[in-house]
Amino acid sequence: MRAGRLPLALGLLIVGFATLVAVFGPFFAPHDPFAQDLAHRYVPPAWLPGGSPAHWLGTDGLGRDYLSRLILGARISMLIGVSTVVLSGIIGTTLGVLGGYFGGPVDAVVMFVVSCRLAIPLILVALTVVFMVGSSLAVVVLTIGLLLWERFAVVSRAVTRQVCALDYIAAAWAAGCSRPRVILGEVLPNIAHHLVVIATIDMAIAILLEAALSFLGLGVPPPLPSWGLMIAEAKDYMFFKPWVIEVPGVALLVLVLGINLLGDGLRDLLGARTDR
Amino acid sequence: MSALLEIEDLHIGFGALQAVRGIDVAVARRETHCLVGESGCGKSVSALSVMRLLPPRTRWSAKAISFDGQDIARLNERQMTRLRGDRIGMIFQEPMTSLNPAYTIGSQMTEVLRRHRGASRAEAARRAVAMLDRVGVTAPEMRLGQFPHQLSGGLRQRVMIATALLCEPELLIADEPTTALDVTVQAQILRLLASIQREMGLAVLLITHDLGIVARVADRVSVMYAGKIVEQASAASLFAAPRHPYTRGLLASIPVPGKVRKGERLGSIPGIVPRIEQGFQGCAFRDRCDHAAPECAGAVPEQRAGEGHRYSCRLPPGWIEA
Repeated sequence: MRAGRLPLALGLLIVGFATLVAVFGPFFAPHDPFAQDLAHRYVPPAWLPGGSPAHWLGTDGLGRDYLSRLILGARISMLIGVSTVVLSGIIGTTLGVLGGYFGGPVDAVVMFVVSCRLAIPLILVALTVVFMVGSSLAVVVLTIGLLLWERFAVVSRAVTRQVCALDYIAAAWAAGCSRPRVILGEVLPNIAHHLVVIATIDMAIAILLEAALSFLGLGVPPPLPSWGLMIAEAKDYMFFKPWVIEVPGVALLVLVLGINLLGDGLRDLLGARTDR
Repeated sequence: MSALLEIEDLHIGFGALQAVRGIDVAVARRETHCLVGESGCGKSVSALSVMRLLPPRTRWSAKAISFDGQDIARLNERQMTRLRGDRIGMIFQEPMTSLNPAYTIGSQMTEVLRRHRGASRAEAARRAVAMLDRVGVTAPEMRLGQFPHQLSGGLRQRVMIATALLCEPELLIADEPTTALDVTVQAQILRLLASIQREMGLAVLLITHDLGIVARVADRVSVMYAGKIVEQASAASLFAAPRHPYTRGLLASIPVPGKVRKGERLGSIPGIVPRIEQGFQGCAFRDRCDHAAPECAGAVPEQRAGEGHRYSCRLPPGWIEA
């Protein structure tokens, strides 16, 4: 393995671990993440003085086990990351491929819509929507998903144009392929590797955005333990009990870093393969 | 005998540019018709128009493009889709990009048969192997599972040819099929095309800029210049007695090993191809022609020089002897 593959391996490790935790973690959580125990509030993690092996990462302000909440939070963060990326990926790729494939007026419309989207301040609109319809997991996913598609659109438009100029697309026409078949069967598989990279970037952004919304109290409603919400709940105590903010903060940092490393690694790997 | 493919008075334009200005080409069954010309003379778009694969927003018109008595220009898209790849096959210039990198050779080849002939997967694979074997691909069973980047250029071009021939088309359009290949591979591919043509009774419309290839394979030749056919003749007649100054210039610019000495200037035609826009009059070659005269700016007469030999120039058929 060359040194260039190290980020990819590390990203794969982190994201893979986070996925495993998100899927299976809650079944192995040491405690019920919602069970309050007011007699044991703010128990520090096991390695700090006053910590207890019963709560490895300590407890929060309501005496809930921090590790169990962190594990369930991983599931929520990953769920939001994946579903928003699927949603925005479908929207953005559809628009981008149509624009890139048909060109002309269709392309002009697509680029206009993309420009409109870019003119919208993300957080502000997300805040407004959540404020108006109330917050729930579905609202957060829909809001972020409907706002994050522009990167997919721009990239898929550009690479679709490139791919469409290649001979194998003409060859597919010459072999008697229909238009849907050319777009779905010939163009899409050849732009997929670009979209995978965009997906990782957008996933990291979506997770951070959710954390930001939750931090502002407009994301996932409590008592669901989103990492952003955990940070928000801990912010009043950050000078007295720093670990309550450090634990979810580090988790968020590591996951986003891992996703970005994975994205960079995939870009290099797939880029190298297509250049050959 | 009426020809398999007859193009009559084809015009193609992109914006103000007139790429093709009224060409007539007829390809008979079992015949190889070569369309020769410099890049940008309109030979490739003419071929694409037969498949009705011109880029969107291209202006084109033709009195008729008839294939086996059917007017292609009036078919709807669905009928056209049925024709493409089934009765008319096409091979492209760039073997490096004309196979889809996302699929195996096998899935690209069998796809055609399965769509047009409704062949089963196993049957299509069997036919694909037989065809790969026919075009001289070694270990054809293994190739089916490989991806295009695992094959060499010559091998890819063979795969392209095999794919185009799978449905046993009546007409094969080959757009510079050997330009991107080594000279030795070029010869092999040409020989292969010729033998398959004999075997399957194919009509071939071969597009090339290489007169060496024309001399080897053509039955009839159309020389294109700036969107018009300037000379059309049987290959024998064209090479024996080319009448149009442009054809003569092309022939003179082929370096012949042994005849060209080191350091000597190669034959060339001075100037560049003019950009033809609406309202252009006269002979497009006149600015580069040694025999240009004032009347070349007017209407160009079409002249005959023997059986099936036509050319567009003011010079009389006998001028080359003089």
